[in-house]
Amino acid sequence: MMHTADVLKVFAEHRGDAVVISGRGGKHWLQISDTALDLPLGDPAMGGHSGFGLGLALAQPNKRVVLFDSEGDILMSLGQLPTIAEQAPANFYHFILDNEVYATTGGQPVPGAKNVDYAGIARASGYPRAYSFSDIEDFTRELPGILAGPGPVFIALKVLPEVENTPIGQRVRWRKRSADKVVSDVRGALGVG
Amino acid sequence: MSTEALSPETVMREMKQNGVTDIVWLPDSETNWLYLLMKADPDLRLVGVTREGHACSIAAGLYAGGHKPMILIQNTGMLESGDSIRGWLMGLNIPVVLMVGYRGYTRHGVNTDTAATYTERFLMAFNIPFFLIENDADSDRITKAFELADKTRQPVVVLVGDEFHGFNR
Repeated sequence: MMHTADVLKVFAEHRGDAVVISGRGGKHWLQISDTALDLPLGDPAMGGHSGFGLGLALAQPNKRVVLFDSEGDILMSLGQLPTIAEQAPANFYHFILDNEVYATTGGQPVPGAKNVDYAGIARASGYPRAYSFSDIEDFTRELPGILAGPGPVFIALKVLPEVENTPIGQRVRWRKRSADKVVSDVRGALGVG
Repeated sequence: MSTEALSPETVMREMKQNGVTDIVWLPDSETNWLYLLMKADPDLRLVGVTREGHACSIAAGLYAGGHKPMILIQNTGMLESGDSIRGWLMGLNIPVVLMVGYRGYTRHGVNTDTAATYTERFLMAFNIPFFLIENDADSDRITKAFELADKTRQPVVVLVGDEFHGFNR
């Protein structure tokens, strides 16, 4: 198991000018980067981040699009994977942060928490490349090679759960921009807004 | 083609006039001819989904990247997509038109299909504006839907009256 913050720090060294949809890693990514090309959307509706990433990658084929999805989101929308594989955006890098639980609702295990092979599902859905990592040293070593190749590529990362148990109304809001502002900001930065 | 039908050529023309770049869709039993027309157009990308709610976040991403998507689904799928419509379209201010097959619709006001029973009630509950089109004479309402979506930066629905259209030749 890895720490999400460590995973993101390793990725940040190779980010380049990619658009980053920080997804379930949003709270930590905000400590690393918060430009118009960083998209801390929060959770508009669970299960949809992969679709958003696909759409953005298709619309901006010359821009690398990186998504930090989660296993809970993937389980909710497994059918997105064949759609992504069929469209095959070469600029799409699809990470998932797999902590095996629904962390924001108290840490209940996701179905099949210990058994599901997400990279295997991605591969069987048509992703040409898919990887799994649970060790930060392995991830650090392999990441440059993974990013050097074309997408769509799927990278499943086992991370430690960071469980939130306080009532939602008492939680500290970490996002600085509303989700619609994030969208209008990135459109401006891409010159399409 | 009967003037009482909504022809797929008319729908295609409206799409092109309004600058649609991508169709995010899941087929229903009535759209086969439209599918063939869309597929033959080199300037139109078709993104097929496996569940209608997926279309919402894909459309949002396409819009964020500067494209102009349209969603093409059936009312049954729209009913299933409520949270995705709320979160990915309404919440992110995505100006997108959803063309929705109105399964079960009859002009006579009597239907035996609950998909039709709840379609307009669903849209009213979500406060999503909608236009009904039943034939080619109604087709300018598609452009009105695009204009309203752009003006309000919100999703707008075009309901395709199932009883009359000519998509499935």
